[in-house]
Amino acid sequence: MLSKRIIPCLDVRDGKLTKGVRFKGNIDIGDPVEVAKTYYEQGADEIVFYDITASAEGREIMIDVVRRVAEAIFIPFSVGGGIRTLEQMRAVILAGAEKVSVNSGAVENPRIISEGAKSFGSQCIVLGMDVKKVDRSEKIPSGYEIVIQGGRKYTGIDALRWAREAEGLGAGEICLNSIDADGTLDGYELELTRLISTNVRIPVIASGGAGKQEHLLDVLTWGMADAALIASIVHYGTYTIRDLKEYLSGRGVKVRRQW
Amino acid sequence: MIAIIDYRAGNLTSVARALQYLAEPCEITGDPRKLQEAERIIFPGVGAAGEAMGNLRAGGLDACIREAFQAGKPILGICLGTQVIFDYSEEDEAACLGIVRGQVRRFPGDLRQNGKPLKIPHMGWNRVDFVGDHPVFKGVPQGSEFYFVHSYYPSPADERFVTGWSDYGIRFCAAVAYRNLVAVQFHAEKSGRFGLQILENFCHWEGRDAQ
Repeated sequence: MLSKRIIPCLDVRDGKLTKGVRFKGNIDIGDPVEVAKTYYEQGADEIVFYDITASAEGREIMIDVVRRVAEAIFIPFSVGGGIRTLEQMRAVILAGAEKVSVNSGAVENPRIISEGAKSFGSQCIVLGMDVKKVDRSEKIPSGYEIVIQGGRKYTGIDALRWAREAEGLGAGEICLNSIDADGTLDGYELELTRLISTNVRIPVIASGGAGKQEHLLDVLTWGMADAALIASIVHYGTYTIRDLKEYLSGRGVKVRRQW
Repeated sequence: MIAIIDYRAGNLTSVARALQYLAEPCEITGDPRKLQEAERIIFPGVGAAGEAMGNLRAGGLDACIREAFQAGKPILGICLGTQVIFDYSEEDEAACLGIVRGQVRRFPGDLRQNGKPLKIPHMGWNRVDFVGDHPVFKGVPQGSEFYFVHSYYPSPADERFVTGWSDYGIRFCAAVAYRNLVAVQFHAEKSGRFGLQILENFCHWEGRDAQ
C-alpha cells in the first residue's frame, strides 16, 4: 500500500528562497539547495519548487538551482511557476526535476498538458490548480472556481470540470491549492479536496492552510488526499517532517518512516 | 567503468547523478562497443515497452545485452529496464529480451484496498519485503520503502527469482535476481538513502548470486 506523501514547498525568486527557513537552533537559511538537502535528510517524500521569478535571467538561475538540487537529493522533486511551453518543461526535466507543474499556462492553453504528457510521460506532468470558493451557479456547479494570477483573476472555469478535463488530457497528478485557505494556517480546504480526490483517478496533493499536525491528518483521511503540501508549518521550525510523520503514523496514516 | 544504456527511454541522467554522488565512474552510452568494454551495465528507463524494444533492436543493443548477460557481466535493471528483460510485456504486446522467464502484466483496473479504488499508475513510496540475502540488497532494512512509478509489473515464471515483494491491491514482484542480473521495479536512484545503498552495492557486486 502506498504511503501518504509529505511534501515541503519552497518558493524561489531569482535563485533564492523568498522567505527564510529556520531550522532547530534558529539558523536562518536562504539557499534552496541547502534547504532541500535538509528536508531530504529529514524525510521529505518529495519536494516542490515554485519559481516566482519574472525575468528571463531569473529563469536561467532557476535551471542552475534545479541542477544543483538534482545532484544533492535523491527523491523526486517538481518545479513549477510560469511554465507555458514544452521547451521550458524540457529544460527543467533535463536539469533533473522528476516532474513539472503547469498552472495558468494550462488554463490559457490546455494542450500543453497533452503535449507534455506525450513528450515526457503523464507521470511528469502535474496540474497546479488555484481554487476559490464561490456561489454555485450554472457555470460553476461545484461552487469552486479556477483563479489565476495568484488569485486575482477569475476564469469562469469550474474546478471539478477542469480537474476531470486535465486528467483526460494526460495530467499525472493534481496539486490542488485553495486560495481561501492559503496562508491562514487554519487547515486545508477539506470539502474541496475530498470533492476533487473522489472524482479523479490521478493522485491529488492538497495545498494551502496547514498550520497544525491535525490539519494533515484531516486532509489525508477525510479529505482523501494522496499527499499534503506543507510550507510555514516546517519552514518556521514549528514541526520537523519527522514530528509530522510520527504524529500521522500514530493515528493510523501510512507514511514512510525509515529513510 | 559502469555503462548506463542509452536507448532513448526517458531521462537517464538521474541514474548518472546518483552514481556521481557515490563517486562511481559511469557513462551514458548507446554504443555497443562501449557496452562490451564496460565492467558492469545499468539498464534504466521510463516509457513504453514496445517503443523501448524497438529502440533497442534498432541500435543492436538487444543482442548486446544478451551477450553481456551470457558473459556474466553484472547487470542492473531499473523500472522499464527491468520489465524488458522478461519474455513478454502486455504493454504494446511486446516481445522482450527473454533473459528471465516470465511476463509483465498490467495492474487490473479494479484494484481496491480497504474498499477504496486504487489509482493507476502505482506512483509513490511503497514498502518492499526482501527475500533471502542477496549482496545487492545488503544493508537495506526489511520493509524499507522505495519510489515507484508504473502501471505494469513483472511476473516471473519462477518465484525463486523474486528477491523483493511489494503490495498494491495485489502482491507483486518488485525485485528479481537471476545469476549476474538484478532488476528492480522501483526507482533506486530516487528512493533516498536505501536506494543509493542498492546502487552502491551493485557497483561492488561481482555478479554472483548468493544462492
